[in-house]
Amino acid sequence: MADENDEQNSGISRRQFLKNSGYIAGGLVGGGLLGGVFAQNFLGTTDAPDIDTDDEVDTTSPGELTQARMFFKRQEDFDVLSAAVERIFPDDDTGPGAISLAVPYFIDKQLAGEYGFNSREYMEGPFFEGAPTQGPQTGLLRRDAFLHGVRTIQNIAEDHFDESFFDLESETQDEILEAFEEGEVDMTGIASDEFFSKLRTATIEGAYSDPVYGGNLNMDGWRQIGYPGSQMSYTNVIEEEEFVEMDPVSLHDHHE
Amino acid sequence: MATELPRKEAAVIGVGWAGGIIASELAKDGIEVIGLERGAERTVDDFIMQKDELRYAVRYDLMQDLSKETLTFRNDRDMRALPMRQMGSFLLGTDLGGAGVHWNGQCPRFLPYDFEIRSQTIDRYGEDKIPDDMPLQDWGISYEDMEEYFAQFDATIGTSGEDNEMTAPRSTEYPTPPMVETPAIRMFKEASSDLGLHPYQGASANLTEAYTNPDGQTIQQCQYCSFCERFGCDYQAKSDPIITVIPTAKETGNFELRTHANVRRISYDGEYTDGVYFIDTRTGEEFFQPADMVILTTYVMNNTRLLLESEIGTPYDPDTQSGVIGKNYCYQIMAEAQGYFDQQFNLYAGAGALAGQLDDYNGDNFDHGDLDFIHGGTIQLTQTGIRPINTNPVPPGTKQWGSEFKEANAYYLFRTLSVGSQGASMPYVNNYLDLDPTYTDRFGDPLLRMTYNFTEQDRNLAAHQTQRMEEIMQEMGANEIVANPDIGDYNIMPYQTTHNTGGVIMGADPETSAVNNYLQMWDCENLFVVGASAFPHNSGYNPTPTVGALSYRAVEGIKQYYENPGPLA
Repeated sequence: MADENDEQNSGISRRQFLKNSGYIAGGLVGGGLLGGVFAQNFLGTTDAPDIDTDDEVDTTSPGELTQARMFFKRQEDFDVLSAAVERIFPDDDTGPGAISLAVPYFIDKQLAGEYGFNSREYMEGPFFEGAPTQGPQTGLLRRDAFLHGVRTIQNIAEDHFDESFFDLESETQDEILEAFEEGEVDMTGIASDEFFSKLRTATIEGAYSDPVYGGNLNMDGWRQIGYPGSQMSYTNVIEEEEFVEMDPVSLHDHHE
Repeated sequence: MATELPRKEAAVIGVGWAGGIIASELAKDGIEVIGLERGAERTVDDFIMQKDELRYAVRYDLMQDLSKETLTFRNDRDMRALPMRQMGSFLLGTDLGGAGVHWNGQCPRFLPYDFEIRSQTIDRYGEDKIPDDMPLQDWGISYEDMEEYFAQFDATIGTSGEDNEMTAPRSTEYPTPPMVETPAIRMFKEASSDLGLHPYQGASANLTEAYTNPDGQTIQQCQYCSFCERFGCDYQAKSDPIITVIPTAKETGNFELRTHANVRRISYDGEYTDGVYFIDTRTGEEFFQPADMVILTTYVMNNTRLLLESEIGTPYDPDTQSGVIGKNYCYQIMAEAQGYFDQQFNLYAGAGALAGQLDDYNGDNFDHGDLDFIHGGTIQLTQTGIRPINTNPVPPGTKQWGSEFKEANAYYLFRTLSVGSQGASMPYVNNYLDLDPTYTDRFGDPLLRMTYNFTEQDRNLAAHQTQRMEEIMQEMGANEIVANPDIGDYNIMPYQTTHNTGGVIMGADPETSAVNNYLQMWDCENLFVVGASAFPHNSGYNPTPTVGALSYRAVEGIKQYYENPGPLA
């Protein structure tokens, strides 16, 4: 089974759309295909996340009082992150998406702490490129990898489509993210597929971890898959033939 | 200059299962023991808010801080070894109780075949069955002689289980009844029985009823809450050193526990040890702890590393295949078949050792005459209880993100069953441990270097087990089965198993082993090295009960040595 902690994927194969576009790192808008396929998007229905903080925030909600940025300094970086994770985990018939689940705030909080600083990992040099079996060998911290990643996403959006990533149609956003997933985007200190893997993993973590970390708001990440959270006991369920559904329980319920 | 502390009769390095067992048994006999634990103190109160997948299962809260110490890895001697910068393939424990706290509690005994694997293989198949580059060795003791120590470990932890014709014979009943049979486990057992196999309910240290052990320590009843592996048990229902042997040691009044004590060297004059040097990690101050006897009971990796850094025993040299320290590092050969079903199972519920299991394809329980490998592995359907971050069982070809992923994950999360094999791992002359020439820990000491890859033996074994599991999954009625018989090269990142073994192996001959069958070092008679480091190969089972049994065996040797010093074998 795939292990979500394996952040080092390899296997770079250039996708057709970038090949045809004549894309070069640093952002040269290429040929016809990009312009042709995506021209319609310049007319721009936007798929921007609802991140407006100026109005109608219910400041009496303790949950929302924790929703402010601890790591990302620039609003634009956070907006790109939000739009990207919403494509990875969209609002759809299965249930609420990443933004509704507060996944961007989850990631922001994670990056502000030991996860962002890789603080329990061996970060001493010398650094060498290893074999695929030797695990990650970069000295780049996750906090820097995420900043670099969201800015690269934004650069590509602006260079190719003259729009911010968060203003693009969702199909276009997906095309850009797929280019990262396939390892086709040049980045420094990290391959784009590794960055995408980190972003995807962090999104899943934000959707399905206990709400204490700021994501999985209202446990709606768990509800949409029928996961009952951290129940104290399943002695009444363990031998049941029928599937038993129950309201989820979070760490908060253990904390009273 | 190291500050010298008052002398002790015995110094135990590392206080997990092995260290805890030895400390408790010696202290009960009136021997003055100090336990030097490099990690922090830990009690059951630390596990009250433990049902947190992100913190424990994903961010590895209970595991070793690699920023301070890790190991380096390469597949073969032509490759440059590089640091294991993040934890992945196996999870090294830390703090009081060590890896004994975050285990699942699966409690099988190794087979009689394991202890005499070389002799029995030659007897049944002839010498040619063993490849030239496989240093296969008998353990220097038979299962028959080990059985009483297995029984002692079972009594201490209260093992739950049931008898089976394919498993090692027992002199005593299981202390507690087997775990419950879930619908998924019943399906596995029925399908296996229909195929003529012999399934049973796996032996477990997640106890099915409250149990008080001979030392008076009580283990509670398992609630099937699903937070076992990578977690400490908030019910005290999973036996671990913190609720059994460590309190027993403390209650004697003869055991002193010193935490944050990171041992860097075992003092050695070429014949004996007179104590150990350690650093108090809170202050950086160095101490010397004099002791009449030293018992090294850290995890596999540090048992080997400390001996190499203390220059005790002859390091293994793969060119000449001489020397012993670092030799026969083995792992385990994991294989899996996943099946997708229409039916939903209550898979969010479970326990670490809740398993239907069979050993028809383990050890020498089946004929290897026409097979291109020896040994095998236990096959299990284990219902540990799934958690949503690390378990996203979408069928192959499903996009890994977006609405397609969300929908498939929601649908298949409780409709996917997995059957797994823990394949045995045979030694290979080029799989070994030594010191890294480049990378160091926080004190500037060389890291351990692991040179390891899967061999032809391993690949053939994995392919065989995968086919057997596909047959079972087919019989269970899966709509679709996913299995990959090709294990490729060993990769240090994807989680496989924390069943690392070897490096300080036991045997009957000082030329080919580091310790005798009392775990006493051939080259230092008042030093005992205990743990899975002593396994000359790794079996197709979880190792902990065999570590426990070897610890009780060592206790007997240490007590004899205490009364009458000298070589024990």
